[in-house]
Amino acid sequence: MNTRITALREESFATQPSISIERAVLETEFYKENSGKYSLPVLRALCFKHLCLKKSLHIGDGELIVGERGPAPKVVPTFPELTCHSAEDLHILNTRAMTSYRVAEEDIQRYQEEVIPYWQGRSMRDRIFSEIPDDWRIAYEAGLFTEFMEQRAPGHTALDGTIYTMGMVDFKKRIADRLARLDYQNDPEASDKAEQLQAMDISCDAAIIFAERHAELAQTMAATEENPARRAELRHIAEICRQVPAHTPRTFHEALQMYWFVHLGIITELNGWDAMTPGHLDQHLRPFYEKDLAAGRLDREKAKELLSCLWIKVNNHTAPPKVGVTAKESGTYNDFTQINLGGLNGAGGDASNEVSFLCLEVSDELHLLQPQPSVHISNKTPERFLKAATRVIRKGYGYPSVFNTDAVIMEQVRVGKTVEDAREGGTSGCIETGAFGKEAYILTGYLNVPKILEITLNNGHDQLTGKRVSIETGDPTTFTSFDELYAAFTRQLEYVVNLKIRVNNYIERMYAKYSPAPFLSVVIHDCIEKGKDYYDGGPRYNTNYIQCCGIGTVTDSLSAIKTHVYDTGSISMERLLAGLKNNFADEEPLRLKLWNKTPFYGNDDDRADDIMKSVYSSLYDAIDGKPNTKGTVYHLNMLSTTCHVYFGKMLGASANGRFAHLPESDGTSPSHGADRNGPTAVIKSLSKMDQLKSGGTLLNQRFLPSVLATEQDLDKLGGLIRTYFTLGGHHIQFNVIDTKTLRSAQQHPDEYRNLLVRVAGYSDYFVDLDKEHQEEIISRTEQELT
Amino acid sequence: MDEIKSTIFAIKRYALHDGPNIRTTIFFKGCPLSCNWCHNPEGIDFNISIITLNDRCVGCAECIATCAHKALQRSNTGISRDDRLCTLCQSCVETCPALAHEPTGWQMTTQQLLHEIQKDVPFYDQSGGGVTISGGEPLSQPEGLLALLQGCAALGIHRTVDSSAFAPTATLLRIARYTDLFLIDLKHMNTRLHRQYTGVANDLILHNLQKLAEIGRPARVRIPLIPGVNDDEINIRETGAFVARCKNVQGIDVLPYHPSATAKYKKLGLKYKGMQFTAPTQDTLSTTVDLLKNYLSDVRIGG
Repeated sequence: MNTRITALREESFATQPSISIERAVLETEFYKENSGKYSLPVLRALCFKHLCLKKSLHIGDGELIVGERGPAPKVVPTFPELTCHSAEDLHILNTRAMTSYRVAEEDIQRYQEEVIPYWQGRSMRDRIFSEIPDDWRIAYEAGLFTEFMEQRAPGHTALDGTIYTMGMVDFKKRIADRLARLDYQNDPEASDKAEQLQAMDISCDAAIIFAERHAELAQTMAATEENPARRAELRHIAEICRQVPAHTPRTFHEALQMYWFVHLGIITELNGWDAMTPGHLDQHLRPFYEKDLAAGRLDREKAKELLSCLWIKVNNHTAPPKVGVTAKESGTYNDFTQINLGGLNGAGGDASNEVSFLCLEVSDELHLLQPQPSVHISNKTPERFLKAATRVIRKGYGYPSVFNTDAVIMEQVRVGKTVEDAREGGTSGCIETGAFGKEAYILTGYLNVPKILEITLNNGHDQLTGKRVSIETGDPTTFTSFDELYAAFTRQLEYVVNLKIRVNNYIERMYAKYSPAPFLSVVIHDCIEKGKDYYDGGPRYNTNYIQCCGIGTVTDSLSAIKTHVYDTGSISMERLLAGLKNNFADEEPLRLKLWNKTPFYGNDDDRADDIMKSVYSSLYDAIDGKPNTKGTVYHLNMLSTTCHVYFGKMLGASANGRFAHLPESDGTSPSHGADRNGPTAVIKSLSKMDQLKSGGTLLNQRFLPSVLATEQDLDKLGGLIRTYFTLGGHHIQFNVIDTKTLRSAQQHPDEYRNLLVRVAGYSDYFVDLDKEHQEEIISRTEQELT
Repeated sequence: MDEIKSTIFAIKRYALHDGPNIRTTIFFKGCPLSCNWCHNPEGIDFNISIITLNDRCVGCAECIATCAHKALQRSNTGISRDDRLCTLCQSCVETCPALAHEPTGWQMTTQQLLHEIQKDVPFYDQSGGGVTISGGEPLSQPEGLLALLQGCAALGIHRTVDSSAFAPTATLLRIARYTDLFLIDLKHMNTRLHRQYTGVANDLILHNLQKLAEIGRPARVRIPLIPGVNDDEINIRETGAFVARCKNVQGIDVLPYHPSATAKYKKLGLKYKGMQFTAPTQDTLSTTVDLLKNYLSDVRIGG
């Protein structure tokens, strides 16, 4: 890391996130003046152009890649047209202990006077909530599911390589050509398409204007810059901003700036989930890197410096804070920009290249919160690349996460994408599969699967509040078999999923009609050709995902009921339900019996894993193939992000011996502490899930740094990963554990049963060691991490 | 015909330090040696017993109610067991919700063991790993060991045996036919000191190692390095010289002593004879490795 990068990184680290009301004020001004004068797509495009024309710019000291969404690094705008923060929200954000955002008091006042009154009743969130049915609201408030689109626009989009071969001028030509071919005679949607295409054209202009303004600013700054080296850099920046995004990038530097302008445009236009992702950045940059290297314009270090500049830019872009009740809870500053490295190219060849290694090195050196790199391992991926990735994993940042390219491709081919598009696809957000640059794959919300079992056990009532939240499927004490209970569970599941989908489809149409995203539509195939918006079925592929949480918790709970209530009869349903209701108060033997004497998921034990397979199948049947509003269908996804914590809070005691309000299992991982036979058994259990029928699964594994101490240990980790992928696994990531967690493991050993530590010449479970040796390992770990 | 059963005290998966690549290690119970520093004391006794961990006990007394032999009763420390009445029927182990009754081992048929081992075949195949039979002393249960190795051989699973080599030579040679790699612990070259610290002399061990060399069966030698016991230059040099003469030995693994087993002794109610031992310093370790490298190029720290 050179001094430039050190300084930029330090600034990015040290700056406290804050909120700027500039965007909200500009937008409100614009809407007051223009709302009703244009079609919605054109209005949105003109609003985007207004922002690009008026928003304040920032070119920081030493920066080589330029442009900020807010007026300065770590300053986040708001999006009142989607969700309008109340003054109370802003106060809470300013003062809460975790993940706070500074907001100036006078800004809150101005927000209250100028912004809030206009958007009240007009924001997407207000409009959505004014229309939703009561049964949905009741289920939502009970924590049966979440709804993504009430906070941010549908999103988490990734790009393919198109923007490196087409500038905005080229896109404008493509739009003009499509406009010329509209058939007003025979196509009843032709005038709608014309509006949409005009809007796309305006948004291309907006992006060019935005870059031009940066060029002018750089030029002006150069005029007064005293340091000749910086003066030359500023002039070079001006030149680059005149080239991209209007025209195709010619150099490595221009390619990075091209991406960054497009990224900024998309996250300025709207606040889509998970910001924006460049997709296979290493593949896109490779030709520029090789050409510049050959021409002597670039060397390895300079390339790393430029990549570092982009990494820091991404890190500067803190996720916009949520509104409403959730503002009281801690969130994350991470906006989940995931950069895919390795994998295959469209023709099916290994795509890892020197830029892949550069990106890994940059991630390692900077170790920022974001972007988070992921490595994509196919059968063709060389061992050298996997080894380089495991070296970074060992550092304990929790990344890179590791994906199975071959599975990611098959998941997509299963749902009808071409194999080439599937190979150019990958994963974004956490683990979500999509065809980069060609698909709107929308996360619609998380589903609290253990809660569905809970309402089954309470005949449609919430165990925590006693309130009726769903249909009645029978008093479980009258069930005579496990099958009868399971049938009730699937009926509840079907009801909840249908409720969610019904409202979701309504919300989607709201976005299609009232909140189009013309700029995003420009860069996603085939919006231009179809003359349709990204939110209205414009992309080549359109997928809706429902993310199912807590498969570990629900499997283990069902396994406990099957084992103790139905198979052995040693616990009556009445006693179990009473224990659950009382959160096992004075029932520790009952709780321990459930916790210690039940076959659990994650141990390569078919008794539990077969139940997991049934639940997975039921989720698939309830979700996969249900129609969405774009003529295509819903698929299931198996990630939880951090929602397993919220869902856990909303869940009473569960039959696996888990106390009320504790987190559920995360992703497709086993329940915390339930897997007691090491990582190979976990992987075997996971491999029994037919993962190719989902849009992604998530497996977290915890290791101590000392388990990954030697080169041979890294090879064995590589072997573990390759084996999981041979068995059809989608994703795995490693938490190389820190002291804080070890302390927590000392206090709550039950939750950390699976924590492997290297003791001496062998590995053992941390919680099985006595205090002294735990202490010894804690001190050793700290040494290893410094 | 009665199926052969082996007495086991642990099965560890993703074992990283018991032979090449990803392995599953089966620990056979019972050992003719009693090394003062032994870190697997539950593996010494050939007999299974049930220990009661009263810090886990939640006082439900279900074990007392279900014990058909009236071997359990409440005491001021929790539950106490009358070993004269206990038949090891396991009913307390099965009943206790808190896992407070723990057997120190259990018996498994060869088929059951093979079933467990086979679960991890994809990992062996991918990484080049396999099964490791450790202990205790696996050679002390030769029939079960042989049957298990033959079973693994039939399944094409790589087999490592981790042993002290303290067994009749004929037994060792019979086992060797089905073993791909031996890990042989060599504790001391001086037979008097060997006896003092392990309870047995080393001549049989050294003889057996030579026999393995004669038949050319691959092995690695492991030295548990305990300061003050076997880390002196004379012993290290003698070990190196001896090992270098055994052409089947691919390398030496120096295993630094670590006082990690005290908790296990406490749990088992056994007295730890190694309280005075300390872990070797980094200096001692590097000196030892350097010395050994005079005799053999492949010398590693750790397994």
